[in-house]
Amino acid sequence: MTIQFNTETFRDDYSFRNSDWAIKRFPFPFHEDSYMYSVNMEQHRGGPEGSVYEKRFDVDEHYVSEMQDRAIVLADDPLRCQSLPHMTLAGWDTLELIMVSKSEDYPDLFELHRDGNRWRWINKPMGIDHTFTFLDETTLPCGPLEYITRQAQGDYAVLDQRGDMLYMDAGMVTTQADWSLDFDIGMDFFEWHAPVPLAHEMGIFKRALKFLLNIQQGAPARRLNWTMTVNPLLDTSPENYHKWGIQKTSLTPENIGAKQHLRVELQTFYRLPRSNALLFPIRCYLIAFQDLVRIPKWGRRLHRVVRDLPDELATYKGFIANRPLMLDYLGRHDDGLPTSPGVWPDLDSEPPLQTQNDARSR
Amino acid sequence: MTKFQFPESIRSRPVYGTLEPRPGKAHLMIADAEGAEALLDLATREARLFAQGHIIYIPKTTGETYTQRLRDLGPAQFHVGPTYEASVPRIRRVLSDAHMGLQVYLAGTEGLMGQAQNEAMQAGIPHSAIQTEHRGSVARRMQCVHCKGITEDVVTDPFVCSHCGLNLFVRDHYSRRLAAFQGVCIDAEDPGNLPDPVELYT
Repeated sequence: MTIQFNTETFRDDYSFRNSDWAIKRFPFPFHEDSYMYSVNMEQHRGGPEGSVYEKRFDVDEHYVSEMQDRAIVLADDPLRCQSLPHMTLAGWDTLELIMVSKSEDYPDLFELHRDGNRWRWINKPMGIDHTFTFLDETTLPCGPLEYITRQAQGDYAVLDQRGDMLYMDAGMVTTQADWSLDFDIGMDFFEWHAPVPLAHEMGIFKRALKFLLNIQQGAPARRLNWTMTVNPLLDTSPENYHKWGIQKTSLTPENIGAKQHLRVELQTFYRLPRSNALLFPIRCYLIAFQDLVRIPKWGRRLHRVVRDLPDELATYKGFIANRPLMLDYLGRHDDGLPTSPGVWPDLDSEPPLQTQNDARSR
Repeated sequence: MTKFQFPESIRSRPVYGTLEPRPGKAHLMIADAEGAEALLDLATREARLFAQGHIIYIPKTTGETYTQRLRDLGPAQFHVGPTYEASVPRIRRVLSDAHMGLQVYLAGTEGLMGQAQNEAMQAGIPHSAIQTEHRGSVARRMQCVHCKGITEDVVTDPFVCSHCGLNLFVRDHYSRRLAAFQGVCIDAEDPGNLPDPVELYT
């Protein structure tokens, strides 16, 4: 299908909207009615047609507007994209991977023509037609990592691998769930995850590291992570927290359906061929509660997950104060019926929400 | 003076040990204030180190308390600096002249050890090969995550960023590259509603 790109904002007037198509393909992260940390890795080898898992780097209706938002963030704070000196080759690896994947997976949107190291890259949605020399930085307007990730949705952490450890040595981070690349750059895997509660004690990070160290070229992996965001704000950075934090206090019973968003990260992991670095794209998807509950199964399940989440996790994810409001809203979309296993919407098989009248008549 | 035992914390927070003599061709010792006591204790275990030793010492508020006793250890080179910043060019020069077999010993406040460790790392010494021993004040060097400014010697939580004036709370999350802990706005969700500042570790 041809994607119709939205004209929308992720700040100020927040005109971001999901189409019916985007709602149905939303990567709902809960495969059962409760949530606890897990490594939850699987191979990233495609997925159902039309799903966000189908392509290597999913492009959706928000692409052009997300790239405009990224440009605004970078103009305001250039430190959101950094690369330690030894990571330039990994930047070229990243550029190659994204250009090759996008031109193969979306030939109507992207073209890559290679003649030796002379490359021509055409990005139709963004109006870019650029010829450059692969591995020659002087032929790009900025470093290779910044160049390509200004044209690819999601944040990108580039992890160097040395001595059975991963180091956060480069990245493009403008749509993050409250962590700072500028602060964390250079840290090892355990250090940059240090503020996460519970998971260290559960051995999650040790197992995850072991898995990631062994990811091979051509065999990428993926997992989902999630949090909550008030307003469809992509840039929930610690840098700007003193500006956006106040928005968390703006929820009312009347506006929560439109303002409160479930924020899901599709995290993927690619071994890069020349540098042996690990590319870690973190793609952010947002959905308003009022859109999410249009999928009856998801409305039921989200209510149960939010209700039963340990306080520590609700605090860490930043919504403990808003949880009562969220439960009031979500509770109205949970009739207590069982839900089918797995993450898919199952619109054909899951019953619509039973209202109290329905329940009385049964 | 007894050493302060930091409570167990998160993985990015540095932990400090006790300086011990290690074989080496040269020994660079950088200390501030009560960090001098760690060097004096080191000397009781292996006084001969100091013949190949270079001590860079910043007394801060301890004035003359320790300088003569450090001098009496007989280091090959002994430098007393008025501030850490003033001694940085000297530290860089020493590190750039260093050969294999240099041992680095850092003692005193976290800010001093963190910054000196950073210099040594930039000179190619892995942080795990650098010895550290905390003595004296538990003051922290804090980076404001918002304006990126560094506030030195923070002793209360929350505190006011010395650059942008935001009220920041003190996190244990620590960056070796910045040699600083992270400070984050404490009243972003309720401007002006501030808890009373409490001294760290009280």
